[in-house]
Amino acid sequence: MLSLFILTLFALGMGRYPISIVKLGSLLWHHALNRDMGVNDPSEFVIFRLRMPRIVVAMLVGMALSGAGASYQCIFRNPMVDPSLLGVTSGAAFGASLAILLSMSIVLIQVWAFICGLAAVLATMLIAKAVRKMGDRSMTLILCGIVTGTLFTAFLSLVKYAADPNSKLPAITYWLMGSLASVSPAEVNIVALCILAGILPLFFLRWQINVLSAGEEEAQSMGILTGRIRGIIIASSTLMTASVVSVSGMIGWVGLVVPHLARMLVGPNFTILFPTSLLLGALFMLTVDTLARLVFPIEIPIGILTAIVGAPFFVFLLFRGKRGWA
Amino acid sequence: MNLTTRHLSAGYGNKTVVSDIHIHISTGEVVCLLGANGCGKTTLFKALLGLIPMQGEFLLDGRPHHSYTQRDRARLIAYVPQTHTPSFPYTVLDMVLMGRSPHISLYSVPSGRDHEESRRILSSLGIRYLENRLYDELSGGERQLVLMARSLAQTPRFLLMDEPTSHLDFGNQIRTLQLIKELAASGIGLLLTTHSPDHAFICATRVLAMHQGKIISQGSPEEVINRPLMRTLYGFDIDVVSQPSGRYLCSPVL
Repeated sequence: MLSLFILTLFALGMGRYPISIVKLGSLLWHHALNRDMGVNDPSEFVIFRLRMPRIVVAMLVGMALSGAGASYQCIFRNPMVDPSLLGVTSGAAFGASLAILLSMSIVLIQVWAFICGLAAVLATMLIAKAVRKMGDRSMTLILCGIVTGTLFTAFLSLVKYAADPNSKLPAITYWLMGSLASVSPAEVNIVALCILAGILPLFFLRWQINVLSAGEEEAQSMGILTGRIRGIIIASSTLMTASVVSVSGMIGWVGLVVPHLARMLVGPNFTILFPTSLLLGALFMLTVDTLARLVFPIEIPIGILTAIVGAPFFVFLLFRGKRGWA
Repeated sequence: MNLTTRHLSAGYGNKTVVSDIHIHISTGEVVCLLGANGCGKTTLFKALLGLIPMQGEFLLDGRPHHSYTQRDRARLIAYVPQTHTPSFPYTVLDMVLMGRSPHISLYSVPSGRDHEESRRILSSLGIRYLENRLYDELSGGERQLVLMARSLAQTPRFLLMDEPTSHLDFGNQIRTLQLIKELAASGIGLLLTTHSPDHAFICATRVLAMHQGKIISQGSPEEVINRPLMRTLYGFDIDVVSQPSGRYLCSPVL
């Protein structure tokens, strides 16, 4: 918690337009007291208009992805699962690329990404419902998720193939790499609302979700309404992931790895694992995004950096972690 | 309290696996379900646990089963699965706490009382010292006890146990049988499946013999378990011989 706070201050202060600690302090102080500085200070603009929204979004993205990842790993009883399991990211990628192909505005691109993300998961659920015979329902869902994921990835390739290789194709490719650069304060509010709406049910149902990891039948024999709980988890996670992907593009790795880090730290009990994942996710994304802004003179797409920073860190933890999945 | 079924049938999809099941279990009884692999024992368990749809009558404490919610039913009937490896490395206490779920409201987490109760159950089974160990690092016998503790945390009146003695060494089998008798004495009704008719002689008050989805015989172990029945159930000639102690033993004629 404390490290998150310190990192936030650090990230506010750092950037291409240097702002001293003292200045940052006084700006925040004045802002907190709702007092106008009088002069139209460029630092104020940089902090509150540019950096603040971006920092908030980075933390929200990290929370959403790792929270959704932790929930999915728990209910599907599978550590290799991440939020894209049921096809939400492939759907969103397809939606965004289609919107870029049709030269839509940035807002419409995001809206399309969001809608297609939800549509993909809906398709997965409908197929799963249609083919469900008897047996393991999570397995059916996972398989159907792979099917829709593959299908939407194929659609995405089709769009890419049809796109103008000089203008549209690079735009699509960059969008897919992920970036938090173009997030406006208004979008922050919408995304924050979606993510809050996703996190709250997961938080309140955290014990039920924990017991679900014992498996469908055993959980049911312990009085858990498995079908309903799983539905709520999928809806919440999809809402969070779709809203995140639509503003930030494809950011892999976080939803898979942060829950593992959390599990290494606090164990698999979801009542503690979930809040820890949220916190670590926020911390991780903020670190990576700050690095993305700072390290090189041009900004590196964040989807690339999450993997480059995350992978060695994960290996390091595998070496020294007392118990993980290895 | 009683658990009664009349004309119960259940299966998967359109396929009926068990049919015309009449059983009656009172608290304090140990009922052993005997039958070959695939005869429908597990299906019957699933039906009683409300995991699969069923037809016919199923009364719990005189009330039809569908008048109970999943939670209420879980406070009356608990299930002890065969030992298995869990997906995540939970501690023993975490595992047992899961059994408290039917007593924990939907939006909250285990309270101090739930922790106390879980620890008390661990103590009563003599495995309090395992509390902070990881379940997947335990031996088969210890896992069995933890799963037992988890089911007891539901404070059930009836326990359904799926082959509680399989995967256990000889000593742990005996320990489990002893525990089964103690649980029955404490007022719990037990229904268990076993592949060893000898175990039925040791702990069962009643035996149900299941063949091809139907109960073909029931009564005390001494009445039910005989050469013709063993032939029907398992397809081999098996002598049921009396021991000097008065107890019977099954011995295949080979």
